[in-house]
Amino acid sequence: MCMLSRNATFNSHGQDSSYFLGWQEYEKTPYHEVHNTNGIIQMGLAENQLCFDLLESWLAKNPEAAAFKKNGESIFAELALFQDYHGLPAFKKAMVDFMAEIRGNKVTFDPNHLVLTAGATSANETFIFCLADPGEVLLIPTPYYPGFDRDSKWRTGVAIVPIHCTSSNGFQITETALEEAYQEAEKRNLRVKGVLVTNPSNPLGTTMTRNELYLLLSFVEDKGIHLISDEIYSGTAFSTPSFRSVMEVLKDRNCDENSEVWQRVHVVYSLSKDLGLPGFRVGAIYSNDDMVVAAATKMSSFGLVSSQTQHLLSAMLSDRKLTKNYIAENHKRLKQRQKNLVSGLQKAGISCLNGNAGLFCWVDMRHLLRSNTFEAEMELWKKIVYEVHLNISPGSSCHCTEPGWFRVCFANLPERTLDLAMQRLKAFVGEYYNVPEVNGRSQSSHLSHSRGQSLRKWVSRLSFDDRCPIHGR
Amino acid sequence: MASSASENRLLLSRIATNEKHGENSPYFDGWKAYDQNPFHLTENPEGVIQMGLAENQLSFDLVEEWIRKNPKASICTAEGIEKFRSVANFQDYHGLPEFRQAIASFMWKARGGRVTFGPHRVVMSGGATGANELVMFCLANRGDAFLIPSPYYPAFYRDLGWRTGVQIVPVDCDSSNNFKITKEALEAAYGKAQNNNINVKGLIITNPSNPLGTTLDKDTLESLVTFINQKNIHLVCDEIYAATVFSSPKFTCITEVIQNMNCNPNLIHIVYSLSKDMGFPGLRVGIVYSYNDDVVNIGRKMSSFGLVSSQTQHMLASMLSDEDFVEKFLTTSAKRLAKRHGVFTDGLEEVGINCLKSNAGLFCWMDLRRLLRDQTFDGEMVLWRVIVNEVKLNVSPGSSFKCVEPGWFRVCFANMDDDTVEVALKRIRAFVGQAKKAQEQAQVKSPKKRWQSNLRLSFSSSSRRFEQEGVSVMSPRMMSPHSPMPHSPLLRATT
Repeated sequence: MCMLSRNATFNSHGQDSSYFLGWQEYEKTPYHEVHNTNGIIQMGLAENQLCFDLLESWLAKNPEAAAFKKNGESIFAELALFQDYHGLPAFKKAMVDFMAEIRGNKVTFDPNHLVLTAGATSANETFIFCLADPGEVLLIPTPYYPGFDRDSKWRTGVAIVPIHCTSSNGFQITETALEEAYQEAEKRNLRVKGVLVTNPSNPLGTTMTRNELYLLLSFVEDKGIHLISDEIYSGTAFSTPSFRSVMEVLKDRNCDENSEVWQRVHVVYSLSKDLGLPGFRVGAIYSNDDMVVAAATKMSSFGLVSSQTQHLLSAMLSDRKLTKNYIAENHKRLKQRQKNLVSGLQKAGISCLNGNAGLFCWVDMRHLLRSNTFEAEMELWKKIVYEVHLNISPGSSCHCTEPGWFRVCFANLPERTLDLAMQRLKAFVGEYYNVPEVNGRSQSSHLSHSRGQSLRKWVSRLSFDDRCPIHGR
Repeated sequence: MASSASENRLLLSRIATNEKHGENSPYFDGWKAYDQNPFHLTENPEGVIQMGLAENQLSFDLVEEWIRKNPKASICTAEGIEKFRSVANFQDYHGLPEFRQAIASFMWKARGGRVTFGPHRVVMSGGATGANELVMFCLANRGDAFLIPSPYYPAFYRDLGWRTGVQIVPVDCDSSNNFKITKEALEAAYGKAQNNNINVKGLIITNPSNPLGTTLDKDTLESLVTFINQKNIHLVCDEIYAATVFSSPKFTCITEVIQNMNCNPNLIHIVYSLSKDMGFPGLRVGIVYSYNDDVVNIGRKMSSFGLVSSQTQHMLASMLSDEDFVEKFLTTSAKRLAKRHGVFTDGLEEVGINCLKSNAGLFCWMDLRRLLRDQTFDGEMVLWRVIVNEVKLNVSPGSSFKCVEPGWFRVCFANMDDDTVEVALKRIRAFVGQAKKAQEQAQVKSPKKRWQSNLRLSFSSSSRRFEQEGVSVMSPRMMSPHSPMPHSPLLRATT
C-alpha cells in the first residue's frame, strides 16, 4: 500500500523540470566575483534587486514602522496577536492605493475585495481552488511561467490546456489559438473553467495589447468562464506602451457590476517583483465577485501574511512620496538594465523579442540550434549551463511550442556580472562558429553549413523586428 | 443583465461553495455577541468577556523587552538594516538556515531538553493551520480518513478536510476515564471506518490536548504508537501547546516515546507552531517536523504555498537562539499560566464548578453537566446561550468540539488581564448564586422539584428570545480564523 498521497508521490509539483534543474546546478557552483569567478551566473531568477537602496533609505528615515511602534507606543502585542484573515485594514488600503498608482490611477480598487495571501504562489492556487474542481481545465497561453504547473495543478487536481502562441506575431494571443485550446479541452470531455494570463507576460517581458485584452474579455464572456489576470509585474512596465490592466479594459468597455463578465474577471498581485520583496510573502487576490472574495478569504487561513510584515509595508506603501519615487526610479533602472542586456546579446549576434516590461528578455537562439527540435534546445541549454556557466531558462520549460527561445533575467545581478555574462556568451557564440575543422570530414562540413545558415539567420534577425511595431499595440 | 447568484455559484468550485470551511454555524452567535458588545474594564464593563479564544497573552512584556534590547533582530533598524536586502530577497523554501536551527533548538528547549531535533527536518508552513493541511496533502488522498480523538479542536474539520477532501473519523472519549484515549475506542473507530469502506490513513492527536488542557501520559502514547504501527497508518502529533505545560506531569513528546520503541519512523510526524507557546499567532509560524524523508522533501516543496515571511524568520532566528531569553521565557510563561489557571479554577471551585484536572493549555475544560436542563445537546445549547447572553461570557460549548457528552465547556483564561479574570469569576459566582437561590425558592414551594428544572424556568424566557432572533450573519470584523470555530452538533462528519 502506498503510504503517502498521490500528491506526494507524483511529480506534478513540476520541480523536476529544467527550470528548476538549472537552479540546482547553480547552487552547486554559484558565481562569486572574488571566490568563484568561474561559477555559474544566475540569470534564471526573475528577481528585482535594482531598487533596494530606495527602501533602505526610507527605513532609515522611518524607524517607527519597523520597531513595532505606532505613535511612540509599542504595538507588538497587538501585532503578534493579529491573525484576522481580513488583514490589517491600513495595509489593505495601502495595497489598493499602490495598485491604483501603478495603473496611473486609471482604475481604483476596493480594499474589501482584496484578499491577502502568502505570495502570488498561494494567490494563484487559492484562486484555482475557488474557481475549479479537480479534473476541470484552465487555459493558459504559452509560453508561461513554469511554476504555474505547480501552483495551478498540483494540489487542486485541475488540468492546464495551453493556448499556443507563436513567434509569427510576437507570441500574441489570437482568437484562433483561444478557440483551438477550448476545442481541445472539449474534445477530451473536460470542462473549461477559465483562462489564466500573465500581464505583463512572464517570460515574454511584454505588456498585453488592448486588442488582446478585448479578445480575452469577449472570449470569456462568450464562453461564460473566468479570466484571471496575474499582474504581478505591473510595476515593471518600464517603457511604452504603458501597462494596461484588464480592469481598465473592463472600464473602457463600460462593464460594471451590471454586466455578466464583471464578476468573472479577477486579478492576482504581489510585491515580490515590483518591490523586490519575495521573501516577505505578500500576495493578493482581487475579485469583483463577493462569493469568490468570501471563499478566498477563508482559504487564506492556510497562508496569511505575517502581521509584522503587514505593519511594515502598510507604513511604507502609505508614503506617497516613496511610492511615486519608487515607481519612477524602478522603471528607469529596469529600462537601462534591459538595454544593457539587449545590447550585450546583440554583440553576440543574438536578438530578443521587443520587450517593455518584466525582469527578463525573451531571447531568440533558434539560429544556434543544431536542428529545429527541443532535443537541440536542451543540448544548447546544457552547453550554456555547463560550459558557458550561465543559468538561463529554456523555452521548453515555459511550454513554448517553438524550440530555441530562452528567458534571460537581468535585474537580479549587478551590472558588472551582467557584462561578464554577455562576454562569456559572446565568446561561446564566437567559438561555436569558429570550431576548427576536424580532418575535413562531414563534421566540419556540417559545421560550416550550419555556420552559414546561422549567419544568414543572424543577419536577417537584425533587420527583422519579430514583434509587432509598438504603435500597433 | 448580471449573472444570477445561482449561476455564479455554478461557476465556482465545489470547495468554494460548500460548507466544509465550517464557519456557517449558529454557534457564531457567541462571537457576534462579543463583537457587538466587547468587554472593556473601564469603557464597557457590562460587555461580553471573550473566553472562547485560546491565546497566550501573559508574557508579551518579556518579548517586548527583548526586542528593545536587540534592534539588530529587525532588518529595518539602523543596527539591522545591512541585512535588509538579503532577507527581503530570500524566498528559498528551505527557510533561513538560522531560522530552522533556532526552531529546532526552541522545540528542544520547550520539551525540557529531553529530545533533540534536526533543523533539516524543519519544514515551514502558514501557521499550524497550514501545517495540518500540508500534512494531510502529503499523507492522504481525497476520500481517505484520519482518526481523531474527541473532543477536538473544531477547526480541524476545515484544516484537515476542506480542500484536501480528507474525512474525519472521531475516536470517542468520555469523562468516565477523564477522556483518555483507549485502545477499545481506537479499534471501534477504525472498525467503523472499515465497515463503511473508508480507508483510514492515520491518527491525529493533539498533545497537550485542546480542549482538555491535559498531556497524554507515556502509556497512552505508547499504546497509540503500537496501534498505528500495527495498522501501518500514520501518527500526526499536533504539539502546538507543548510549552504551555505548567505543572506535572511533565510533557512527553512523541519523539521520546518512539526512541524507546520498535516503531517505523516513517509514520511519525509532528505539527508545531509559535502561536500558542509564544503567543505569536499573527506571525504565522507553522512547522511540520517529520521523521519521513519523503514527507520532508515533498512538504518542503509544498511549503511554497505558505512560507513564513523572511522578515519574521530573521527576527525569530535571533530571538529563539538566545538561550537565556528562551529559558527565562519558558519558565516565566509556565509560572504565569500556572498562577492564572489556579486563580481561575479556585474561583470556579468556590461556587461548586469543577474542571477536568489539567496541567497545560490556555483553557479549562469546565463541567457544567449538573446545570443542564436536560442531559442533551439541546440542553447544552440552552445553557450556552444563557452564558453568552445573560452572564455575558463567550465560552465554547463541548458539542463544538464533538464531545460525546453534553455539559462540558471550554473556557480560556490566558487571553485577558487579572482584572478581567476577576470580573468573569464575579459573574460566574452571581450566575451560580442566582441559580441556587432559585432552587431554594422552588424547594420552599415544591420540595420535590429538582433545581435543574428551576434553572430551566429561570432562563427559558431568555433562551426563547434568543432563538427568535434567528441565525445571525457573521460580522466581517470579528472572525479570527484560528480561534475555535464552534461546530453545530447537527452537522456530523459522515463516517
